[in-house]
Amino acid sequence: MSIESYPLISDWLAVAEDRLVVSTGKVDIGQRISTAIAQIAHEELTVPLEQIDIAPVITGMSPDEGMTSGSNSIEHSGQAVRKAAATLRGLLVDLAVDRIGGDPQDWGLSDGYLVRRDTNRSIPVTELMAGIDLAIRIDPEAASAPAAGTPPRPAMRGLPEMVAGDYVFVHDLDAPGMLHARVVRPPHAKARLKDIPATSVERLAEDGLQLIRDGSFLAIAGPVEWLVVQAALRLAAACQWADNGGLPEQDVFGQLNAGNASRFTVVGGVPAKGPVPDPLQGLTHSARFERPYLMHGSLAPSAAFAVWSEGRLQITCHSQGIYPLRESIADSLGLGLEQVVITHRPGSGCYGHNGADDAALDAALVAMALPDTPVLLKWTREEEHRWEPYAPAMAVDLAVATLDGGRITAYSAEAFADTHRGRPRQGPNNAGPSRLLSNLLRADPFPAPVAIPNMKAQGGMHRNLDPVYAVGETRFVKNLVSGLPHRTSALRCLGATTNVFALESTMDELAERNGQDPLAYRRAHLDDPRALAVIAALEERMAQTPVPGDASGRGIAYAQYKNAMTRVGICVDIEVGELGEIILKHAIIVADAGRVIDIEGLRAQLEGGFLQAASWAIYEEVQWDRDGITSIDWETYPVIRFDNIPTMDILVLDVPDAEPAGAGEASPGPAIAAIANALYNATGLRMRRLPFTPDAILRHATSV
Amino acid sequence: MTLKLRVNGREHDIASSPDTPLVYVLRDELKLKGTKLGCGLEQCGACAVLVDGEVKLSCVSSVDSFAGQEITTIEGIGGTATGAKVQDAFVVASAAQCGYCTAGLVVAVTALLDTHASPDAAATKEALTPHLCRCGSHPRILRAVEIAAGRT
Repeated sequence: MSIESYPLISDWLAVAEDRLVVSTGKVDIGQRISTAIAQIAHEELTVPLEQIDIAPVITGMSPDEGMTSGSNSIEHSGQAVRKAAATLRGLLVDLAVDRIGGDPQDWGLSDGYLVRRDTNRSIPVTELMAGIDLAIRIDPEAASAPAAGTPPRPAMRGLPEMVAGDYVFVHDLDAPGMLHARVVRPPHAKARLKDIPATSVERLAEDGLQLIRDGSFLAIAGPVEWLVVQAALRLAAACQWADNGGLPEQDVFGQLNAGNASRFTVVGGVPAKGPVPDPLQGLTHSARFERPYLMHGSLAPSAAFAVWSEGRLQITCHSQGIYPLRESIADSLGLGLEQVVITHRPGSGCYGHNGADDAALDAALVAMALPDTPVLLKWTREEEHRWEPYAPAMAVDLAVATLDGGRITAYSAEAFADTHRGRPRQGPNNAGPSRLLSNLLRADPFPAPVAIPNMKAQGGMHRNLDPVYAVGETRFVKNLVSGLPHRTSALRCLGATTNVFALESTMDELAERNGQDPLAYRRAHLDDPRALAVIAALEERMAQTPVPGDASGRGIAYAQYKNAMTRVGICVDIEVGELGEIILKHAIIVADAGRVIDIEGLRAQLEGGFLQAASWAIYEEVQWDRDGITSIDWETYPVIRFDNIPTMDILVLDVPDAEPAGAGEASPGPAIAAIANALYNATGLRMRRLPFTPDAILRHATSV
Repeated sequence: MTLKLRVNGREHDIASSPDTPLVYVLRDELKLKGTKLGCGLEQCGACAVLVDGEVKLSCVSSVDSFAGQEITTIEGIGGTATGAKVQDAFVVASAAQCGYCTAGLVVAVTALLDTHASPDAAATKEALTPHLCRCGSHPRILRAVEIAAGRT
């Protein structure tokens, strides 16, 4: 959607004073996309990085690039900026020839200047740009500047401000007359407000606080943040709520079955409507793999700033998709699109669809009730834990047939989950507004959303459902299960997490059963030379790393994200403590992400993906009972901390002639599988349900 | 009597109610927004500040409990020799992704190095375990400690 929808150089590049300004619709969510985009413009135009600005991402001004998701930013926005800049590079040379003379080949680019060789004549790129109308069509065939000999290492934008405390997150915004706001939520998703005691309302008025009410949506606003926080807690305790039966408590994994599902055959990574083919015959090995509900667990609870003034709603928030959100918020509030302007401002890392969009609507609801008053609304820690859209619980039923010697000749995989698609995008049945949390609580509520199956290639739960290996006859089914207890949406990797966990655990089992080395077994089912190069490099690195001793285990896994993007091989060494706790000792990650744009950013994504997945594998599981979510803070929803961080050895294979591939979601799937395989290697326990907590490990040990 | 608070070498008269947790006073009254609120439960470390040179969390303890003590926030930490070294080391090691945990960790590492000039990996991990990072920058943060300790 990037270059096709925004085909002009001026859509992406501009000059302000003597600075190059690059526009993008992709936003920083901790993945350093602005660093990479600036680096791409620098590579094509040689303008020094410190002379390049990334424009703020604002509806109506920035390119509409939909969501910043799916590891697509480098391929979409990055390539658009590269082609725009490459097209411009050719034009600049022509301009220099016109203005000063010589032949095109006499002119070159250096440090942001057009330089005529063998002379002292030079013109700044920005000066030439300022002199022309940049509304020129991008040449998609414009040749990119060749990659440098070593992978670029641009300094991370914003980091000097972060270490000094000067980086402005949405939480840090301020404005004259601004009120702080907090929401007062029901105890759980089914509960609705019955009554607010009159004394509570009186007390709020006495304290100079505003109460905003729309059905069961309640919020408090006031000038002093701490007083608002306290008042919100008091009001939540004082209100009476209708329980409406409470949250369903039945085993969610039992509900992940074909009888509860809309079923789609997946062929070539693409789901299709129509009858699902019969199961394959002669399968000799089968197993089910499961992942519980997970939360994004952003370090900063979601927040948004809003002001409603003169018929215009201005919102600043950390949404991953400000254009889709603008449509959904305008619809939610009965406004025209032109009345709503949304500016992106970073929050903390989100790893997918957290409470960002919901908080934006909340801030808008409060701002609309308090005209001409800037409002900064923040969720609390408990609110983010209870109310963010979770990653759905998921199961994969996997079955294979093998020949003597182990070669796989048939492979069947069925994925079961509620939707990964809870983002507020417009669609039938008020799809956008119904996916904004507080719209379900308002006096005139939008109906609960109906899951819309993701029918795109490698989307949703079927991401990496089909193995990257040659496995003979195949059958893949996507089972979209509805009616489960919790609101769900996109978490980093979508279905790839569970699918790769299932596949790579199975590859390990089959290798062992057939007396083969796990790397050799995978190699025997691969013919992609770049995959084989990753595995060879992993093997070499492993040979240099001492094999761990007793009570320890080593596991490996390989995957290529969406079977088309970054290839990753992982080896992890663990110990299992006396209480059954997994202690991560050392991890080797080898990756091929094509042409490297920002080597430190790429390595950081691979490391961060590994560690988040390790946290999912070892610690994380959303829990609840009839009265509500019980995972309400970092003690009841533990995550990985510094006391379980392994040493890490990251090797990036630079393939400068290959297109760059996003890498933010490439390492988690194989990380989980490698940990599962290491656990088996250490203990002989083949664990197929996440997380591998000490309790789960000990339960499994006593049940086999 | 007006509550007085020393922050980054300056004394401030505090108008906030004395039971207000320190982080709200720093951010909302003194406009020092570098200190982050992550949980309000002393579970994540985002709100760490130095109090008389020791790392303390600011999201629960009331502001009046800090009277008479010297508070150093992320905004002031670059004014100390160790703090400036730690900030530089975080930049060199590219030790952040989203950056929301960064201020608390710069503070914690500064306090650590002020008490142990060259902590080993185990001591460093123990000191930083109260701090969450959800992006997985831990290996880079550990490397920043090594750099700031002069070991690489």
